[in-house]
Amino acid sequence: MAAGQGFWGDDLDAPRRQVEGGPIDYLMLDYLAEVTMSILQKQKERDPSLGYARDFVGAMESVLPAVLERGVKVIANAGGVNPPACAAAVKAVAAESAAKGKLRIGVVTGDDLLSRLDEVMAQGHQLANMETGEPLSTVRDRVLSANAYIGSEPIVEALEGGANVVITGRSTDTALTMAPLRHEFGWGAKSWDQLAAGIVAGHIIECGAQCSGGNCLYDWRSIPDLANVGYPLVEARADGTFIVTKHPNTGGRVSVPTVTEQLVYEMGDPHSYITPDVVADFTTIHLAQDGENRVRVSGVKGKAPTDKLKVSIAYRAGFKAIGTLVYAWPDALDKAQLADSVLRKRLDRLGLKFDHILSEFVGATATHGHLAGDQHNAPEVQLRFGVRGPDRAAVERFTREIAPLVLNGPPSVTGFAGGRPKVEEIVAYWPALIDKTVVNTRVNIIQ
Amino acid sequence: MKVRLLDIAHARSGDKGDTANVGVIALEPRWYDVLVHHLTQRKVADHFRGMIEGGVERYELPNLNALNFLLHGALDGGGTVSLKTDAQGKVYSTALLRMVLDVPAADAKRLELPVAQ
Repeated sequence: MAAGQGFWGDDLDAPRRQVEGGPIDYLMLDYLAEVTMSILQKQKERDPSLGYARDFVGAMESVLPAVLERGVKVIANAGGVNPPACAAAVKAVAAESAAKGKLRIGVVTGDDLLSRLDEVMAQGHQLANMETGEPLSTVRDRVLSANAYIGSEPIVEALEGGANVVITGRSTDTALTMAPLRHEFGWGAKSWDQLAAGIVAGHIIECGAQCSGGNCLYDWRSIPDLANVGYPLVEARADGTFIVTKHPNTGGRVSVPTVTEQLVYEMGDPHSYITPDVVADFTTIHLAQDGENRVRVSGVKGKAPTDKLKVSIAYRAGFKAIGTLVYAWPDALDKAQLADSVLRKRLDRLGLKFDHILSEFVGATATHGHLAGDQHNAPEVQLRFGVRGPDRAAVERFTREIAPLVLNGPPSVTGFAGGRPKVEEIVAYWPALIDKTVVNTRVNIIQ
Repeated sequence: MKVRLLDIAHARSGDKGDTANVGVIALEPRWYDVLVHHLTQRKVADHFRGMIEGGVERYELPNLNALNFLLHGALDGGGTVSLKTDAQGKVYSTALLRMVLDVPAADAKRLELPVAQ
């Protein structure tokens, strides 16, 4: 199993390198993050034939020879809010190549709850925000997308139906890896430990090269050739043990520290990593180096899942804009701080109201706050000034207040090449739970 | 003895909504106990006071020689709402590694901990 994409926007060439770098059975491509679904929903509103990760079509084109000649199967959640349109786009590309008529594309749908939302809420499902407890009714009129995170079963069904490409919408990232293992090894729906191992494998490789040397803090200077970083491979066995590795002649590194860093990434309670298929216990994972760039993973335990699915809901939540100016030594931080206070007074005088104003001093305290210590001798400091609020006009007006500071504010200021800040609509994320029985997935295989 | 966390651990951080998580991993397995005893939930909450709005939770992963911290209310609303540079909590990891631990001299010697100058 090879991972070739860690998010929508990842290295376009990685899928091809993964299929050409050595023998693999499956290529797994993860395109979806929390906010991706809402971006895709906006695209679908403008054009009903869109709403999927378009990068995937190019990726498919680049791996078609491997799919046709070597039988590599591709599993991707590139379908976004429109898996059928994504499948049609892939089919169209295949039709113009030697692949004409040779792809069997499994299309998984049923995760999209947007058109059923009122019906579902009328049945008594509150879809309360998991963080704040508020019912969805408080923002219902601003909802852009609503998708249940679905598990491995429809993907397994597509593979059993002979699909060599499986396109899903909001499948969990980890199901994309676990489903083919379950299909190959015939793991039952209650083989908790094996299913959990498949989830752990998925968690390790779902962020692409982030487990094989990318973004790795441990001994980072010594990690070789990140320019040609090897994306991860999983060599899985029926007993639930597996090896994490990468193709020969690639850069990066697969070691216990690189894999451990990825295991703790975005982790909540390690005893209960909840997925639709199984609850995995990350405190049972055993890692061991098994040769160069090979890490053996064993011991994973799992237990029965809950009767809920997580739902990813996106809703319109106002507007924001962020402007920046750079102040140079001497006294760079003091100058930036004065500019900040001048700007706040001017916004106040204009009577502009915002939910929140945040000023950061990049180069001094932006990411580590007071922990960074005294930064008054910094060579330069960027004032990064952001506002957000429900009133687009107020945010728009703010964007006109940055440039004047170059001439009528504190001295030694530069770095205003980018023009006026851009106003962005905020699409916020609303995590909720729903009974599994509400969500019915479907698999359609098209040729 | 003063021991810099940066000298005995590595870390990675990420986000879930408005919560940042920081996984802290001992550089040597025998140093995991130092993390367990000295990198407490309370010390981490004190370390980040003024930077995060919510509480701190700690989980132990002895199998990975790691601790996982959840920092609630750390991301100005998180995701697309946040106005922060580090809206996804990617560098809370190294902010935590700035911490200096106070370890008894005998333990520091026995475990051959690198002592801060």
